[in-house]
Amino acid sequence: MTVRRLALAAVAMAGLVGCGAGQTVPQGDAVTGDVTVFAAASLTEPFTRIGEDFEAANPGVRVTYSFAGSSTLAAQIDQGAPADVFAAASPDTMTTVTDSHDHDPKVFVRNRLVIAVPDGNPNGVSGLADLDRPGVKVALCAPQVPCGAAAVRALAAAGVDLTPVTLERDVRAALSKVRLGEVDAALVYRTDAQAVAADVDGIEFPESASAINDYPIVVLGNAPNKPAARAFVDHVLSDAGQAVLAAAGFQAP
Amino acid sequence: MSRRDAVAARTDRSTPPPRPRHTSRVPVALLLPAALGLLFLVLPLVGLLVRTPWSTLPQRLTEPGVLTALRLSVQAATLATLLSLVLGVPLAWLLARVEFPGRRLVRALVTVPLVLPPVVGGVALLLVFGRRGILGSWLDSTFGVSLPFTTAGVVLAEAFVAMPFLVVAVEGALRGADVRYEEAAATLGAGRWTTFTRVTLPLVAPGVAAGAVLCWARALGEFGATITFAGNFPGRTQTMPLAVYLALETDLEAAIVLSLVLLTVSVAILASLRDRWLGSR
Repeated sequence: MTVRRLALAAVAMAGLVGCGAGQTVPQGDAVTGDVTVFAAASLTEPFTRIGEDFEAANPGVRVTYSFAGSSTLAAQIDQGAPADVFAAASPDTMTTVTDSHDHDPKVFVRNRLVIAVPDGNPNGVSGLADLDRPGVKVALCAPQVPCGAAAVRALAAAGVDLTPVTLERDVRAALSKVRLGEVDAALVYRTDAQAVAADVDGIEFPESASAINDYPIVVLGNAPNKPAARAFVDHVLSDAGQAVLAAAGFQAP
Repeated sequence: MSRRDAVAARTDRSTPPPRPRHTSRVPVALLLPAALGLLFLVLPLVGLLVRTPWSTLPQRLTEPGVLTALRLSVQAATLATLLSLVLGVPLAWLLARVEFPGRRLVRALVTVPLVLPPVVGGVALLLVFGRRGILGSWLDSTFGVSLPFTTAGVVLAEAFVAMPFLVVAVEGALRGADVRYEEAAATLGAGRWTTFTRVTLPLVAPGVAAGAVLCWARALGEFGATITFAGNFPGRTQTMPLAVYLALETDLEAAIVLSLVLLTVSVAILASLRDRWLGSR
């Protein structure tokens, strides 16, 4: 484990040094202290990886994450949660945070929906229309959360009017219903399907083009550690950060 | 308690009548933490009331989803309490009155749902009653019954989480009750079933009522196991706590209104039942 971590860190260092000259690390003053990053649940794996890389490149920094539904995080930030960086799964959610302050959120990745089906696709699902077949149980995200809003747009674009058995609270909950075999399909982000590729197949469908989610990231106005927060955001936008995100299935903005 | 006092007074003439309780000389060492405790429990409620959008309250209350979720919540919690009574009272009796090997272990197992995070409880229920579950797959293939994503699933999830409250309360009442009445009934020729229904149950009725109230309240507020096992669909499985959670995603004020409705209804029902069952004291 440690050896692997060290190797990872070394690779990350090399990557950072490579692109650091261009944009990432401000010369001279090294950033230190804790950075608290509130990030959408779908960013869990790549951001954990990016955080390790970032810590390796900045030995004085420790990154702490809170991964949850974007809207939950936004509500916590509005209620004064001490976060430095916020990465949301939709611009709408970001707006609720940035309204009152003076920020400039940047879109750092895009995500699109796929149809998650059990490994091997036993029902032979090939598109959204197949989900409306009788006997096919479908889980969607609730329309209040970004993946649910995207699902509504995609289904409208396809002209499919289906009744799901459940409207899940976030994308991971919808996905776990597929993994447990309780539903036959769910509309989830491509990245989430890819994270559990051993259990789940992600089926692309053309209508997802009308439901692409932009992920904005921002340094919060009352961030306790602004310099480190800025460095973290720069790292996410850097080539090294984008490479990690691309490997997780995200699209470049 | 007052019931037992009355029984004792009737059977033993030498017992003095119960003295009125003194409330005038409460020691500060008790009063201060008691007041702080009350404040701690009530302040969050005040927080909700302060942020309640009173001006738009009437129109928010008449939104169609609110009543549906409220009705479903009350129905499911009541059914879960009935299920818990039917299964939980006999279980409590078994734990309190019958010596059997492994009783301590069984007693500990009964409280597992209390310590289990409800979401984990929901997953565990899926593994047993889900479509691929140990029992669920059999139910599905034999009877065509599938519990997840149904109102019956909501009842099941709530009963799983809430029944231990009833069992623990009733068992405590049974252990506190005087077994001599049951023994007297037995010497007079009553069988165990007759003794249970005619002597034991009336004796612990206040304990059963208190346990049922606790169970109902817990079931009404249940969130984690319900959303995990039964999912979330308006009118079928979306109870008030689920509606509150999802409202919180987009609209804090809507969430507060829903919470307030749930609180008002539950407090009203609990207060009225308490007066009827336990006697206002």
